[in-house]
Amino acid sequence: MRVVVVGAGPAGVRAVEQLVRSGIEPVWIEEAPDGGGRIYQRPPAGFRRNHRAIYGADAKRARALHAALEALKPRADWRPDTLVWNIRPRERLLDTQTAGRRRATVEYDALILCTGAMDRILPIPGWTLPGVTTLGGAQIALKAQGVGIGARPVFIGTGPLLVLAALQYAKAGATPALVLDTTAFATKAMASAGLLWNLPTFVRGLRYTAALRLRGVPVVEDATPIAIEGEGRATALRWRDAGWREHVTPCDAVAMGWGLKPEAQLADLAGVPFRFDELGHNWIPEKDGAGRTPVPGVYLAGDGAGIGGAEVAELAGARAALALLEDHGLPSDMVLRAHLDGRLRTEARFRAALERAFPYPADLARRMDDATLLCRCEAITAGDLRSAARAGGSEVNRAKALSRIGMGRCQGRVCGPPAAEVLSEALGLPLEQVGRLRGQPPVKPIPLPGSA
Amino acid sequence: MRRADVLIVGGGGAGCSAALFLARRGVRVIVLERGLVGSQATGVNYGGVRQQGRHPAGIPLAIKSRALWSRLPELIGTDAEFDPCGHLKLARSEADEAELVRWNRIAAEYGLVTRMIGRNAIRDEHPYFGEAVVAGSLLAEDGAANPRLLSPALARAAREAGAEIREHHSVTAAAHDGAEFVVQANGTTFAAPWLLNCAGYWGGKLAETFNEAVPIAPLHPNMLVTEPLPYFLRHSLGVVGGGLYLRQIARGNVIFGGGRGSGEQEATRTRPSADASLASMEAAVALIPRLAGAMVIRSWSGTDGTFADGFPVLGPSRTTPGLIHAFGFCGEGFQLAPGVGQVLSELVMDGRTDVPLEAFDIGRFALQDAAGTASPA
Amino acid sequence: MLTRLLDQDRPSLSFVVDGGAVSAKQGDTLLTAMLAAGLGHMRSSEFGDGERAGFCWMGACQDCWVFVEGRGTLRACTTLVQPGMTVRRR
Repeated sequence: MRVVVVGAGPAGVRAVEQLVRSGIEPVWIEEAPDGGGRIYQRPPAGFRRNHRAIYGADAKRARALHAALEALKPRADWRPDTLVWNIRPRERLLDTQTAGRRRATVEYDALILCTGAMDRILPIPGWTLPGVTTLGGAQIALKAQGVGIGARPVFIGTGPLLVLAALQYAKAGATPALVLDTTAFATKAMASAGLLWNLPTFVRGLRYTAALRLRGVPVVEDATPIAIEGEGRATALRWRDAGWREHVTPCDAVAMGWGLKPEAQLADLAGVPFRFDELGHNWIPEKDGAGRTPVPGVYLAGDGAGIGGAEVAELAGARAALALLEDHGLPSDMVLRAHLDGRLRTEARFRAALERAFPYPADLARRMDDATLLCRCEAITAGDLRSAARAGGSEVNRAKALSRIGMGRCQGRVCGPPAAEVLSEALGLPLEQVGRLRGQPPVKPIPLPGSA
Repeated sequence: MRRADVLIVGGGGAGCSAALFLARRGVRVIVLERGLVGSQATGVNYGGVRQQGRHPAGIPLAIKSRALWSRLPELIGTDAEFDPCGHLKLARSEADEAELVRWNRIAAEYGLVTRMIGRNAIRDEHPYFGEAVVAGSLLAEDGAANPRLLSPALARAAREAGAEIREHHSVTAAAHDGAEFVVQANGTTFAAPWLLNCAGYWGGKLAETFNEAVPIAPLHPNMLVTEPLPYFLRHSLGVVGGGLYLRQIARGNVIFGGGRGSGEQEATRTRPSADASLASMEAAVALIPRLAGAMVIRSWSGTDGTFADGFPVLGPSRTTPGLIHAFGFCGEGFQLAPGVGQVLSELVMDGRTDVPLEAFDIGRFALQDAAGTASPA
Repeated sequence: MLTRLLDQDRPSLSFVVDGGAVSAKQGDTLLTAMLAAGLGHMRSSEFGDGERAGFCWMGACQDCWVFVEGRGTLRACTTLVQPGMTVRRR
């Protein structure tokens, strides 16, 4: 049986681990040069910091995952630096392209997609300026390159990563100029108090916030970012506090992120249907609790199948592999299966509380000024999208056809969620009714042949 | 029961254009579109507004339609990004070159102005072509437009002129009850003395309902687009023998296509083909070496209907008075859409049109069956 | 401004951007190296709305493409700098 695992983050590693245990040698494809995913991304050769210094509280998990990754590479057909740019579900073929520009097709009988996530964004004026990154980007800069996106960065968004990233920067020697959380303290506290499972995260957040304040970093909640200012690069954030007073905070960089969204383009091309997940406020590919999709032979695990975080991704990766083994009549560890099912159920409850604690500020997206650049690839404004809505853009793909929103290099990865909010508001339709941007091959750009 | 003078099945370019021209003449029109207007052939094609290379039987219709393309702003309030950038058809052999000359002679009889560009001139004027290109023929008034914009704009204008455009109305039954056409769609009954079959590939099924089965096949174009590149390519390009078409829009993206995608669920779901995409990518670089290394950012497909003889079905039904067909444009319908709508409106209102439609008659398949062979294309 | 904070005791190397020599450290990505050298941006938006210096740092946003001699168009955030590499910005 030819099994292919796409992705070598927490989900991919644990999926491969279970497959290898059962004597399967999967083809293991990773787009990056190295495994670990974005959460446990390692610096390239030459860096010397140890796990503790890079991953902090997650050091133990990171070390374990990296150890598993290294142990598994020789036991799989390991293909790093390889992009899966297309899936042909009827032929059960993947089209791949390596960093060296070699193209190949890979056959599969079963496929586990562990494609991860990226930051969910709220465009504000100035967000395309040099110096502005995603929150995840700011963390990767520090983790994998030892650099800060700025010496005096501002962090805006919401979610557990927000204060964590700011604190990591402070500890690394940067001076965060401001941490702006769009969520009110009360929202976080209520969502946490209601559910015991969420308490540790809430308490950790409080601790990080306290640590930041102790270092003199202002942390504001229930605040609104208005614009990133600067000529040719970000030099200040204009924002409004809960009392509606305006402030300008000088800075030399801005990191922004409002939770994560699945990178589910390959699941889309594989023919997996999607559903709108109210709680996570995201479109997610359909799967059962074990990672089986309605498409025979296709399994999903990790944040690419719905945001759950790194810990859940590890569980889900192992679980999807066990489901695959079971479905193909191969022996699989029943005790482990039951254990994983239990853990995953618990984590799902935890996740629900987390999503309630850190909501995407949909109202800000919906009220976005007409002049705000929404699609950074094609330079399409919120006003352009609203015009498309008036001209018959009755769902996102039609609005894309009319306005070019999401039609650029990133295919709407970045602007998709806020664009759906703007369109939903413009059309007066519920968010799920405006749909989601369909994935199209290549999921990331591929070059025309020959040397330029 | 909803009554109208004319029911149109299919909200593609032809259907929406017919709705516009009919509504402007005071006719009560209802368009029944299964999905959104312009979702298939008219919306996903290459965007060529091309008269060049057409079979002589289709040239008068193409000329009639081309005249409307110039008038789009006044007709529908937008030019649908129509750019009369010229269509340059390229020869890669002496035989190709002879073919260009041959067609140009025919075109001249219809008043189409072309210009042959020979071996030396083609290098001077277009230094970016690869070695394989030996000559070209330019039809300067041809061009290209944004296929995504045409049908929605036609539909909007038709609505403003009084037509009723019903999206998400899939036709589940259609018949003539002796007095008028009765059509079921989305749980509603529609009735009218006229029925226009503008249903693209699925027009074959509708024709069959009226005992006019046709040998239609689905055609799924395979289209790609690159990242924006510095603008260098003025004309829309084709090659003798087909297989590749390529143009650059003012924003810089190079749009090209060739080969076929694939479809499923009765051709309602389509996807581009990786093999066709990779072949087109090779062919594009062979034609224009400077495209090597440019990034392809997206590909797509859709569904048109095609016949072996390359002609659409356009004209009155042979079985059912009041039924007029306009479907299966074999990948060449985008340019024709405005003209086909006008022709349909004339057939309904005037009982005649000023362009020959004989070659497009649905009766030709019955004749072929009788003769046991296909007529020459 | 991108700032080197931690783990920067690595061998230096030199590469070329738009005809000028730029100093980097082994293990830098093109994005890190170019921003740390004060080059400010990776590309200009084709649509006249300014310069871009990447955004996501993880190969998703597709907003840090640069042209590398002999290798073609590459994402600066996922490409390690090599000695002597020749980069052109658009």
